[in-house]
Amino acid sequence: MSYIAFVEGPLFLIAATVFVLGALWRVIGIIRIGRKKDISPPKGSEAVGFIRGNLRHFLPRGIFARRTWVHIVGGYGFHLGLFVLVLFAAPHIVFIDERLFSVPWPALPRWGFIIAADIAFAGLIMLWVRRISDPVMRLISDWDDHIGSWLTFLVMFTGCLALQESHVFLRATHMLFVDIWLIYFPFSRLMHAFTFFLSRGNTGATYGRKGMSL
Amino acid sequence: MSEKSDIAVAKFLEHTDSEAASFFEACVHCGECADACQFYLTSGDPKYTPINKLRPMERAYKRDKAPFSSLKKAIGLAPSPVTEEELYEWEPLVYDSCNMCGRCTLVCPMGIDIAGTIRKMREGYAAAGIVPEGLQRSAEFVKKTSSPMGVTIKALKAQIKHQEKATGIEIEIDKQGADYMAIFSSMEIMGYPEVLGAYAKLFKCAGLTWTISSVAYEATNVGVQIGSGPMAKEILQRVVDAAEVLEVKHVISPECGHAYGAIRWAGPNMMGRQFKFEVVHIIELLDQLRREGKIPAGKKDSRRMTLHDPCQIVRRGGLLKEPRKLLDESCSDFVEMKGAGITNFCCGGGGGVSANPRAEEVKTAAFSLKVDQLNGVENLEAVVVPCGNCRAVFEDGLDAYDMNLEIIGLSELIADTLEEDPAPQGTG
Repeated sequence: MSYIAFVEGPLFLIAATVFVLGALWRVIGIIRIGRKKDISPPKGSEAVGFIRGNLRHFLPRGIFARRTWVHIVGGYGFHLGLFVLVLFAAPHIVFIDERLFSVPWPALPRWGFIIAADIAFAGLIMLWVRRISDPVMRLISDWDDHIGSWLTFLVMFTGCLALQESHVFLRATHMLFVDIWLIYFPFSRLMHAFTFFLSRGNTGATYGRKGMSL
Repeated sequence: MSEKSDIAVAKFLEHTDSEAASFFEACVHCGECADACQFYLTSGDPKYTPINKLRPMERAYKRDKAPFSSLKKAIGLAPSPVTEEELYEWEPLVYDSCNMCGRCTLVCPMGIDIAGTIRKMREGYAAAGIVPEGLQRSAEFVKKTSSPMGVTIKALKAQIKHQEKATGIEIEIDKQGADYMAIFSSMEIMGYPEVLGAYAKLFKCAGLTWTISSVAYEATNVGVQIGSGPMAKEILQRVVDAAEVLEVKHVISPECGHAYGAIRWAGPNMMGRQFKFEVVHIIELLDQLRREGKIPAGKKDSRRMTLHDPCQIVRRGGLLKEPRKLLDESCSDFVEMKGAGITNFCCGGGGGVSANPRAEEVKTAAFSLKVDQLNGVENLEAVVVPCGNCRAVFEDGLDAYDMNLEIIGLSELIADTLEEDPAPQGTG
C-alpha cells in the first residue's frame, strides 16, 4: 500500500473514528457526571439562559478591550479563516464529495483560498506568540496548548504546500498531519470546539434562572 | 499525599459536577480573566489570574474524574497528585484574593463561572481545615451567637430600642404571622443601625406587618464564605426554622451581597426543599412597594450621588435596574460612575476577603480601582452602597486613600426621602 493510500485510507478511517467516538465519549462523559437539580424558585428560564449565554460570549465587552483585542482579532481571524479553508477549499470539497457526501456549495477561487489562509495563519501565529510572550498566558499554558497550536499549524502549513497538488508526497504529508490532528483532538484542549457550548450554556442557564442579564 | 490533601481532593471531586467539569474542559488558557480581576489589575502579578486560582481543583479533576483520566493515568500522562504544600500555596489565592465577584465570567470567552467554582473549591479547603484565621474566628462566633461579629440578641434589642426612640415607631420582635421577617448582617446591626429605623418607617408607610426574630436575626452566612456546606446549612436552618415557626409569608434579605445568594438561591438546595415562605431582597421589595405607590417619593436629596453595585446583588443577583429606579426618584443629582452596572468593580472585600485580616493589603490595593471610579465623578458628595459589608470596606478604603465622601445605605435614603405624611396604606 502506498503512503498516500495509507494516510487517505485506513489511517484516515481510524483517525476519523477516534475523532468522532472520542469527542462523543468526552462530551457525554462530562454531561454524565451530572449535577444536582436546582430547586430554588426560578425567576427566569434556564433554557433561554443557556442559549443566551452561548450567544452573548461571542461578543466581547468593550470595557475589557485593553487585553481582549489581541484574542478578538487573532481568535476570530484564525477560527473564521480555518472554517473557510476546511469547508470551501477546492481539494477539501473534492475529498468530501468522493468519500462522504455531495457538497452542495461551490469551492473558493484560488485568491479566496489565499486570503483565508493568510488570515488563518496570521491569527494562529498571533495567538501563539501571545501565548509565549504574555506573562499571564505563559503561567497558565501547558504542553497541550502548544501541541494543539503546532499541530494545527502543521496541518495548515502542509495543506498550503499541497495546494498545487503537484506532488503526491506533499498531499500525503498533509493528510498524515490531518490524521494525527484528528486522533489528538478528543484527548486535548482542542475539544474546546465542542465543550464551549456546555460551559457557556451552564453559566447562562444559572444566570437565566436568576433572571440575571449577562 | 497527606491526610489533608486526601480530604481536600475528595471534596474537590465531589463538588466537580458536570457544570464545573464543563468549565475545566472548555478553558483555553487565554488569560482574559486576568484583566477583569481587581487583584491582578492592581498588582500585575499573573498568579492572580482567576483561572489560575482553580488549578488544584482542576488538577484533581483531570487526574481522577475527567473522561479519559484512567487512560491518561495508565500511560503516565495524567497530572500529578495535588499535594498539601500546593494547597497551602494556593490558599491565599483561594481566600485572600478572590472576592467571588464574578467579573471574570463576563470577559471569559467560554463563560466560565470562576467565582461559583471557587465557592466549590473552598469546600475542599474547609473540609481539610485550611482556612484563614479570620474566617475561622468568624465561624467560632457564629457557633456561639449566630453572628460572625458576636452580636447577641441583647445587643440587637438595644439597637432596636434606640431606633424606636429615634423614629417613634415600635419594632415588634417575634410577631407571629407577620407578613415579613427581616434579617440583617451584623455589620448593619452594629455599624449602621439606622437601617432598622428605615425599615420601620418604610413598612409603616406601606402598611406592612413585619418582625425580627429573636433567634434568627443574622443574615451573614460564614459557611458560604468559608466554603463549608454543613456550616452554611446550619446557619440557614436557624432562619428557616424561625420564619416557619413565626409563619411569616416572606423573609427579607438585607442590603448584604452574599446573604441574598445564600438564602435565595443556594438556600433551598442546601435544605433539600423549598421554603414555606418567599425570600425577597429589600431592594426588590422597596422597588415593588414604590411601583405600587405604597412608599411614594417625596422631596429628593439634592446631593450629587453615585451608586456602587454590590456584585452579589447586581452582577450575580440580577438586581440591576431596581436600585437605579429607586435612586432616580430619591436623588435629584444621581450620576453613574464609569463602568457602572453589571461590569462594576467589587469593593474588594467580598467573598470573605473583608473578614480575613491577612488580606488587608490586597483588599486596600483592590479598592484603589473604586477610588478611581469615584474620582471620575466630578463634585461627588455621596455614594450609595446597598451592602453592609461593602459599606464597611468603603469606610476603610476611603480612610486609607484620604477621601472624604459620605456613604449611604439605599434603604435609609429611601426612608429619608419618603413623601411627608402620605396617605396611610393600612395597619402598620
